[in-house]
Amino acid sequence: MTTTSTTIVATTKTASVPIISAENIRKVYPTPDGGEHCVLDGVSVDLREGEIVALLGKSGSGKSTLLRCIAGLAAPTSGVVRYRGERLRAANPGVGMVFQTFALMPWLTVQQNVELGLEAHGVTPAERRERALRAIDLIGLDGYESAYPRELSGGMRQRVGFARALVVEPDALLMDEPFSALDVLTSENLRSELLRLWAGSDMPTQAVLIVTHNIEEAIQLADRVLVLSSNPGRVKAEINIRLPRPRDRRSPEFERHVDDVYGILTGHAPEGVAIPAQGRLSPAPTHADTRIPHASVSGMSGLVQIVHARGGQAGLADLAEELLFEVDDLLPLVDFAVLLRLLEVRGASVRVTDEGREYARSDILAAKEMFARLVRERVPLVKTICTALAAVPDGKLRRNFFVDLLRRSFSEEEANVQLDIAIGWGRHGELFEYDADTRQLALDVGGHAAMSAVARGRTGLRVDRVRPDEILAAEEGSARAQPRSSQRRFHRSSSRSIGEGFAGRADLRVGSGRPDSRLRSLAPRRAAANMRTNPATPSTTVRAPLLMTTPRTRTTRPNRNSSRLRHTLRRR
Amino acid sequence: MAMTRMLPVRATLRRPRLRWVDLVVGGAILVVLGLVLRVGQDMDVPFVPSNVGPTISTDPGNIPFYAACSLLRMFVALAASLVFTFIYATVAARSKRAEKAMIPVLDILQSVPVLGFLSITVTAFIALFPGSALGLECASIFAIFTAMAWNMAFAFYYSLRSQPKPLDEAGRLMRLTRWQRFWKLDVPSGMVPLIWNGMLSFGGAWFFLAASETISVLNHQYALPGIGSYVATASSEKQLGKIAIAICVMVVMVVGVNFLFWRPLVAWAEKFRIEDSVAADVPRSVVFDVVRRSSVPSLMARPWRPVGRWLDRATRVFGVTTASVTPEAETKRRGDAVFDFVIVALVAVGVWRALDYVHDTVGLGEFVHAFWLGALTFGRVVIVLIFSTLVWVPIGVWIGMNPRVSRIAQPVVQVFASFPANFVFPIVVAVLIATGISLNWGSILLMALGAQYYVLFNVIAGASTIPNDLREAATLFRLSRWQKWRRLVIPAIFPSYVTGGITASGGAWNASIVAEVVTYGTTLTAAGIGAYIAEATATGNFPDILVGLVVMSVYVVVVNRLFWRRLYKLAQGRYSL
Repeated sequence: MTTTSTTIVATTKTASVPIISAENIRKVYPTPDGGEHCVLDGVSVDLREGEIVALLGKSGSGKSTLLRCIAGLAAPTSGVVRYRGERLRAANPGVGMVFQTFALMPWLTVQQNVELGLEAHGVTPAERRERALRAIDLIGLDGYESAYPRELSGGMRQRVGFARALVVEPDALLMDEPFSALDVLTSENLRSELLRLWAGSDMPTQAVLIVTHNIEEAIQLADRVLVLSSNPGRVKAEINIRLPRPRDRRSPEFERHVDDVYGILTGHAPEGVAIPAQGRLSPAPTHADTRIPHASVSGMSGLVQIVHARGGQAGLADLAEELLFEVDDLLPLVDFAVLLRLLEVRGASVRVTDEGREYARSDILAAKEMFARLVRERVPLVKTICTALAAVPDGKLRRNFFVDLLRRSFSEEEANVQLDIAIGWGRHGELFEYDADTRQLALDVGGHAAMSAVARGRTGLRVDRVRPDEILAAEEGSARAQPRSSQRRFHRSSSRSIGEGFAGRADLRVGSGRPDSRLRSLAPRRAAANMRTNPATPSTTVRAPLLMTTPRTRTTRPNRNSSRLRHTLRRR
Repeated sequence: MAMTRMLPVRATLRRPRLRWVDLVVGGAILVVLGLVLRVGQDMDVPFVPSNVGPTISTDPGNIPFYAACSLLRMFVALAASLVFTFIYATVAARSKRAEKAMIPVLDILQSVPVLGFLSITVTAFIALFPGSALGLECASIFAIFTAMAWNMAFAFYYSLRSQPKPLDEAGRLMRLTRWQRFWKLDVPSGMVPLIWNGMLSFGGAWFFLAASETISVLNHQYALPGIGSYVATASSEKQLGKIAIAICVMVVMVVGVNFLFWRPLVAWAEKFRIEDSVAADVPRSVVFDVVRRSSVPSLMARPWRPVGRWLDRATRVFGVTTASVTPEAETKRRGDAVFDFVIVALVAVGVWRALDYVHDTVGLGEFVHAFWLGALTFGRVVIVLIFSTLVWVPIGVWIGMNPRVSRIAQPVVQVFASFPANFVFPIVVAVLIATGISLNWGSILLMALGAQYYVLFNVIAGASTIPNDLREAATLFRLSRWQKWRRLVIPAIFPSYVTGGITASGGAWNASIVAEVVTYGTTLTAAGIGAYIAEATATGNFPDILVGLVVMSVYVVVVNRLFWRRLYKLAQGRYSL
C-alpha cells in the first residue's frame, strides 16, 4: 500500500515557534443529575511551525472536542487556547478545517463552496474566482468547478473540503478524521496527496493537526503522535516519529511504532515510552458506574474464537489490519474480552486465557452458560443489576432506576447507552430480561428452564418479548453511542423486514459468536460486512471464522465503502 | 414516499411535555386577547368603511376578478408568512431566552382555532385603518396568514435546530457574516421543509380565505370582493347554479396554483436536500423543466446580482456569526431568573384582570355554559373522527397498497384536501333544509367535509410506504385477512394515521365555527361552542367571545396533550418503520 509517488523527501520544515498552544484544557459537561462528566482533563498541546501532529485515541477520549477547542468552536471549561500568543474568544482566525463528513454546502457548486470562505473575508469577486480556481487546480479537481457535491464521490468531495480549507491560506490546517469516511484505497490516495502538498512549496500552511483513530494513519503522517486516554481524555503518551517520508508500512521501525501505540492504548506500555502517571491505570472494575465497553457479545465471542483459532495469540495490529478494523472497532471488543478475562493483553498482542480457551471450544449452550457466569461475576454493572433485581420481591425494576444510578457518572445519553449494553449482555446470558413496553427489567426466572428446553431441542424461548430491532441494538452496542442517523434508521427498518408481528416468535436465538445464518438473515448488511475472503488484496484476508460484529464505522458513518469495496474487488 | 415528508404536524409534536411555561404562555395569550377586546369595545361603528357592503354582486362575469382578488390575498399572506417565519424562527433558534417563550407561544397558537380570532383581528385592523377597506383586507389576509405562518415557522425553526453540526461549524470557522450565514446556510438548509410546509399550509388556507372574506362583526356584515364572498352571497340568495360555478373555479385555482407554483418549487427545492444521496423518487415538474431550459432564470438573476453584492456589503456591520464560546456566566443566569419572574408576574396580573373582566360582565358562570357547549362540539369532533377512520382507513389502505390506483388517486385526494369545504356547505345545507335534518346532526357532516381528507391523505401515504418484503412475508405466512391487518397493516400505518388524526381534529374544531351556524336563505344554528363564538362575534359581545375562545382553546390543547401526543409518542417509539 505504499504511495505511488517516490519523490517525496523527508520534511524540511523545522519545528520551532508554536502557532497554536492549548494549555491545561479541561472540558466538563454537566450531567442531568447535577454531577459532571469530564471529557478532557488537563490536556496541553502545542502546534509548532513545520510539523504534523496526530491526536490519536479511542472513542470517548475527547479528541474531537479538543480539536474544536483549538478551532475556537467550543469553549474549554478551563484552560486557555492561544493563536500566535493571542487568547481565542471566537472561531480561530488562523485555521482551516477539514471535516470527517466533508461539510460541504450541497446547494453550492464546487467553486462556490471553495469561494465561500473568501467571500466571508470580503475578497472581490474577480480575486475570489482566481484564488478558488488555483486551489481547485492544486487539489486536482479542475473540470469539476461547476459540479454539485452530491455528484462527486467521497474522495472527490473531501478534495473539495481540502481546497476550501486551503484557499484562505490558513496558518494551520485542522483535520477531524478526514479519511475515515472514505474507502481504503481512496484514503490512501488522499493521504499521499496531502504529503505531496506538504513536502512541496504550494501549500501555504505551516502546520497540520489531525485527529484520527487509525493508528497506521497517525504514524504514516505525523511527526508527533499524541495518544489520548479515555474518560477523561488525557495525554497518555507522546511519540516522536522520526522516520523519513515516504514511510514504508512494512518496515520494522514502522511496525514497532504501531505495536507501541497498541500497547499504550491497551494499557500495556512498552519500555521506553513515557507515560504520565495519571493516565496509566484505569480504576479497578468494582463499581457499578465503571464504564463498560461498547461491544457486542457476538463481536467479542468472534474475537476470542479468532485468537483461539490462531493458536491462542495474535498481534492487535495484525488483527485490525486483517479485519479492516480501526481502533474504535477493535479495542472495545478487546476490552470486553479482557473484562471477562477470556483474553489477556501482552504488549501489543492478545492471548487467550484458559477460560477463553474453554469458552471458544464449548458449544452454544455451554458457552452461553459460561458467559452468564462470567458476565455476572466480572462486569460490575451487570452484577449490580442482578443484585438489585434479586433484592425486590417481584424481581422487577423500572429502567429509570438504573438510568438514575448511572447518571451520577455519565451523561444522560451515555447512561442509557451503558444500560442498553448491559441489558444486551444480560439478555444474552439469560440473567434478566427487559420489556420495552413497560420499560421494566425483570429477573429471568425462566432462564434455566429455557436452557434445558433448548437442550431438549426446542429453541427460541426467551425472545418472545424482544423486537428484532432491539436485538440489533444490543448487537450494535457501540453504535448506540452515536446519534441515530437516517442511514441507521434505514438499516433498522430493513432489519425488521423479517416482521415484527409474525416472525417475532420464530427462532431468533441471539448470536453466540458462531456463524449463525439465522442472525445473518436478520441483518443482511451484516452479512455483507462480513464478506470473508478477498482475493484481490492479500492483506485483508480473514482466515478466522466469521466474525459476527458490525464495526461502528460501517453503521454510523457515511462509510459503507469498505464492504462495498470488497464487493467490487470480488467481482473482478 | 414523497408524501410522508410533507406531513405538517410531524415536527410540531416533537416538543416537550406540558410545563409551567405553557401555562404562562397560555395565560399571556389570554391577556393579549383581553386587551384587544377591551380596546375593541371602546370602538364604535363610525370608522367602519361605508363602501364595503354586506354582499357582493353575484354576476358570473365578475368571477375572474374575484378569483384574482382572492389569489392576491393568498399570496400576500404567503409572503407575510415567509417574512414572519424568517424573523421569528431565526430569533427563536438563536436566542435561548427568546426561545423559551417563543416556541410555546407558537405551539399554542397553532393548536387554537384561528377562525375564532377573526373577530378580534378585524376589530383591531379596522381601528388601524379607519374609514378604508384596507383594514378589512388586512383582517382577511391576517386570517389567511394565521393559517400558514405557525406551521412554516415551526418547520424552519426545526430545520435551524437540526442543521447538521459540521455545516454550522464550517460556517463559523469561515467567519461568515451574519447575513451570509443566513442566506448561504440557514435559508438553503431549511428550504425543503419550508416549501413542503408552505405548500400544505397554503392548501389549508383556502378554507380561511373563504371564511374571512365575508364576516359579521359588531352587528355588521362585510363582504370583500373575492370568490369566498361570492359563494356566501350566492348562498344567502339560494343560487345553487352560481355556487356550482364558483366551485369549479375554485378547483381550477387549487389545481392551477399547485401545477404552476408549488410543483415547480418543490422540484427546485430538491437541490437543497441535505442528504448527499439522491432521493429515489425525485419530485418532478413539467413547468420547472420548461422554465429551467429557458433563459428566463439567468435573465431574472442578472438584475439581482448587484443587489446581492450590495446586501453582502451593507450587512457586514452586523458582524460575524459566532455562537458565544465563553462559558455561561453567573450574572447571565441571574438575568434569566429575573426575566422569568417579571414575565410570570405580568402574566399572572393579566390573567387575574381578564377573569375579573368576565366576572364583572357576564359572570364566571358563563364558563360553565360554554364548557357544556364545548362538550357538544367535542362530541361532534369525536364522531367525525370515528367515521372518517371507519370509512377512510380501509379505502386509504387499499389505494396506498395499489401503486397503480394511488398514482391516480393521490393527486385527486390532494386537491380534495386543499379544496375549501365551506364552498360546498350551501349544497349540503340545502339538502338538510329539504330533508328537515337538524343542524345539530347536520353540522357533523359539514365538519367532516373539511376534516376527513386528512385521514385519507395520510393513510394513503402510510400504506404506500409499507415495505414490499413485509407484504410478501405476510402472504407467504398465509395470514388471514384479519391477521394481516392486525399484524402488518395497522401497525404500519399507525404513525401516519395519528398525524392525519391530529390534523383532522384540528380542522374539525376550526370548521365548527363556520359549520354550526350556516346560511342558505335562512340561517340554521346548532348548539355548540362554534356557534357560540360565531354569534358572539356577529353581535360584538366581547366577554362572550373571550369566554368562547378560552374554552375552545382549552378543549383543543388538552385533547392534544392528553390524547394525541401520547398516541404520537407511541407511534414514534413502536411503530415507526
